[in-house]
Amino acid sequence: MLILTCPYCGVQAEESELHPGGEAHLKRIGPDGNDEEFEAYLFARKNPKGVHFERWRHAYGCGKWFLAARDTATLQVYGTYRAQTTQPPQEIIDKIRKSRPDWQPDWSPEQDWPSEKGSAQ
Amino acid sequence: MTYTPPFRLARGGRLIDRAFQLPFRFDGRHLRGVQGDTLASALLANGQMLMGRSFKYHRPRGPIASGAEEPNALFGLGQGGRFEPNQRATTTALIPGMVLGSQNCWPSLDADIGAVNNLLSPMLPAGFYYKTFIHPRPFWKHLFEPIIRRSAGLGRAPKERDPDSYEQAYGFADLVVVGGGISGLTVARDAAGNGQRVIVLEQGPEWGGRTPADHTKGTEAIDALLADLRGRDNVTLRRNCMATGLYDHGYLLAREALADHDPNQGIPRQRLWRIRAGHVITATGALERPLSFACNDVPGIMLASAMRDFISEYGVAPGQRIVVVTNNDDAYRTALTASDAGLDVVAVIDARPDASGELPQAARARNIPVLTGTAIAKVKGSRHVEGVALCDHAGDGTITGSVECDAVAMSGGWSPVVHLWSHCGGKLIWDEADAMFRPDPDRPPLGAGGQGMVTAAGAANGDLLCAGDMDLPEAETMPVWVMPQNAPYKLRSKMWLDFQNDVKVSDVELAAREGYASVEHTKRYTTLGMATDQGKVSNINGLAVLSKALNQPIPATGTTTFRPPYTPLTLATIAADARGEAFQPLRKTPMHDWHQRHDVSWEPVGQWRRPYCYPRGAEDRHAAVNREIMAVRESVGTLDASTLGKIIVKGPDAGRFMDMLYTNMMSNLKPGRCRYGLMCSENGFLMDDGVVARLSDDTWLCHTTTGGAERIHGHMEDWLQCEWWDWQVYTANLTEQYAQIAIAGPKARTLLERLSGNIDLSAEAFPFMSWKEGEIADIPARIFRISFSGELSYEIAVPASRGLDLWQKLHEAGHDLNITPYGTEAMHVMRAEKGFIMIGDETDGTIIPQDLGLQWAISKKKADYIGKRAQSRSHMRDGSRWQLVGLESLDDRVLPDGAYAVDEGKNDNGQRKTQGRVTSSYYSPTLNKPIAMGLVRHGPERMGQVLEFPLPSNEVMKARICEPVFFDKEGSRLNG
Repeated sequence: MLILTCPYCGVQAEESELHPGGEAHLKRIGPDGNDEEFEAYLFARKNPKGVHFERWRHAYGCGKWFLAARDTATLQVYGTYRAQTTQPPQEIIDKIRKSRPDWQPDWSPEQDWPSEKGSAQ
Repeated sequence: MTYTPPFRLARGGRLIDRAFQLPFRFDGRHLRGVQGDTLASALLANGQMLMGRSFKYHRPRGPIASGAEEPNALFGLGQGGRFEPNQRATTTALIPGMVLGSQNCWPSLDADIGAVNNLLSPMLPAGFYYKTFIHPRPFWKHLFEPIIRRSAGLGRAPKERDPDSYEQAYGFADLVVVGGGISGLTVARDAAGNGQRVIVLEQGPEWGGRTPADHTKGTEAIDALLADLRGRDNVTLRRNCMATGLYDHGYLLAREALADHDPNQGIPRQRLWRIRAGHVITATGALERPLSFACNDVPGIMLASAMRDFISEYGVAPGQRIVVVTNNDDAYRTALTASDAGLDVVAVIDARPDASGELPQAARARNIPVLTGTAIAKVKGSRHVEGVALCDHAGDGTITGSVECDAVAMSGGWSPVVHLWSHCGGKLIWDEADAMFRPDPDRPPLGAGGQGMVTAAGAANGDLLCAGDMDLPEAETMPVWVMPQNAPYKLRSKMWLDFQNDVKVSDVELAAREGYASVEHTKRYTTLGMATDQGKVSNINGLAVLSKALNQPIPATGTTTFRPPYTPLTLATIAADARGEAFQPLRKTPMHDWHQRHDVSWEPVGQWRRPYCYPRGAEDRHAAVNREIMAVRESVGTLDASTLGKIIVKGPDAGRFMDMLYTNMMSNLKPGRCRYGLMCSENGFLMDDGVVARLSDDTWLCHTTTGGAERIHGHMEDWLQCEWWDWQVYTANLTEQYAQIAIAGPKARTLLERLSGNIDLSAEAFPFMSWKEGEIADIPARIFRISFSGELSYEIAVPASRGLDLWQKLHEAGHDLNITPYGTEAMHVMRAEKGFIMIGDETDGTIIPQDLGLQWAISKKKADYIGKRAQSRSHMRDGSRWQLVGLESLDDRVLPDGAYAVDEGKNDNGQRKTQGRVTSSYYSPTLNKPIAMGLVRHGPERMGQVLEFPLPSNEVMKARICEPVFFDKEGSRLNG
């Protein structure tokens, strides 16, 4: 059972306190999206052996959704961070690179996402 | 010379107290052991070497080990619900009055008919069942499978409920040391000295591991360590506590035996510890390996360390004349121990060409013959050992001599116990010098921070001489996987690897020849290592044989996966208190006790209990439901609707958010009004429905289904927190803050007007689909004029603490109106009479609102809502989707719920094609006929057509497609 630290309430939460929510940083495709985009958004999920970004809800704690960067093979946790972002914070990326120098993010900085969508609370 | 069965020695036995005699029964015989005995030592003391039958060939078996790895001496223990199969005689303490039953034999352990399999063994090689029973195909189901199933399984499962109690506890420590031997205790002392919180777990009842039995000053050393540890506040020592598995991030499960097999103690039988460890030290020791020589499974042949334990720890001898066979120095300790106990050590047979270390010299000094370069060609005897035939180890088994003996101690070297290390991903390396896999310190299992979370210590780390100064130097072990080296097939087919499952050297070689190159496949094909000891005895020998057969080095073959639990864990311990009423929380509405007092028949809905109906007198449930429906249709009834979800959505952006949540428009709902709404998931499927009330300009109240409240609240929070996080919206699940009562029926208004209050209930002032706030019966209330029954209906929400009060006042005021409490089934039937859908009946996670004729509840004006894009996918717009219709049975029978309507033709599996199914089906007392709803391809366009529903009895029921609204189509009753 994993231990993940909730970035909102600071609790080192055991997995049984948490509810998993699958892959993080999905970009929602609405009514204007074409079939390929929508299919990718709805069904195509990454399942890497290695660095992965996931959604978790502190369901039996503060109730907040947060995101976690961890290695699915070694179970190392690189960090947890608030859900109100489209990309992991730089410090977590740095931490991943330190442990896994060969790791490459599969998003590009030019991607047309704003680094912060709207005004985070 | 005659055979000497095992017996109790006149002296010795560190762990037993001869002053306390313990009576017990074994297969009906009355026997006696002494305090401190295990079942195995007590049986040996009574001359009983035969303790079991092997699984496949039913060969006679004695114990070969003295600990948790024992594969042979297994018993069914306890009576009735306390019965437990496959209990190891070597680790179960003898309790006075214990009743032991032998397993896998009939009619008795001594005269087992199944032993005929042993005569057939040349015809039952590895994979026999797979190969033999595949043809002809129909024979499998009707002939082979029933017979094989009857003879399958070791031991039988108890049929009654376990009357014992079990508990769970949580533990936290900087360091958990698994293993209370010399290494574990030493590591614990050092860590405790540094101020760490330390827990030490020892699987058995005694501290010290092998040290007290193997070293003259061992007990003193262990006692000194224990005295130190017991004096520290930051150390917890737990005996009888088996670390069963190590999981992610230092999560360790351990089973503590508190009152095993002793129901008279009145305490929980076992306790499951759920420990979170900062770091784990595995000081789990090592297990001795058997040697593979012909007939190495005859009762009386045991591991050298086990024989040493029986003699020195329990004061029992396995026989008078002992032969030791070994490939290492350690086994000489057994020769010395046996000799010290006054037994005749006939010979030490050492496969190594040279044995000149201190231990062999000590044996020679006592005139024990040491035969080097020698092997056992075969063991004589079948039910007990009569002697051994000798040969050159380097040869092909040509007999060079023989010795008579009663028992054989064998040692093929030692394998570190690496289970916990491996459970969570720790890797192993092959140690050529000691012929063993040991933990690779460079590849430990990782913790959350990426650091190693486990360290192996002592023998578990491959350091077999970990007792330090007490250990004599030992010469190198010589790997011996088959004895003698060039044994022919005839001998190899009598060399047991897995003693319980009867897997022999020849079986593994056969698997290799047939192409089973992977050790995991060989395991499953031969059943090697699949016995209750999970390969503790057999694995390394087996994979060494496989490696040789595949002509590859042992590390290239690798090990099978080590999986928890280390030793079997009873399900009752895993469940602990979570059974019966404590299995999960029970949610009760404020009126729960009233329902109970009125003879309710409950229906579980999630964790809630809801009244299904309230049978009166001799009424059955069906009659009660019909009576309740007619009372509502004719006068007035009350339903406890408190379990319905009630979620507040509030804030400047709440309207915008409501429009995304629901398929219809909610932002333009006027305060004071209600609207029925549908909620879909992002892939378009209908997930929940309910009435929404707008409470104020910025506040909406969403009613959800009973089972949906928490899920829908989570769904809202997911979208608010993770997608539209800049929207100013707050949600609160107030389901349990309110009691809610539906008052339905033509007399509903008459009833409510009798109660004091300040709310105008007239049809003009309080129309259908509106709500009002005020007081009724002196209770603050919010009244919704909504209807799920099709009748004039009000739902009254009051603070939860006032719910029972209101319910009782309603029933007092409505006595002369025949006010009737009704349950969920009456509610279901009435909604079906009205053609209203029910989430979970008409929907199953694959249904979109359009399938259910609910287009009127889907906004065409909105640019977006959750699920909108998905509903425009091609197969969602496909005209051939099954759609909602009513179904009228052509005879007077109720259609079975879930029945399929067949179509012309057959599918690829030869089954009739289908064109629809029944989703709700009831007898309607209102209409005095069966009614049903269903989903049918092109259904709404096929009114009047007749569908066929074949039943499992091969009968065919017929039903006509009709409108789904069976009752009061105009809605004059609910608008009344």
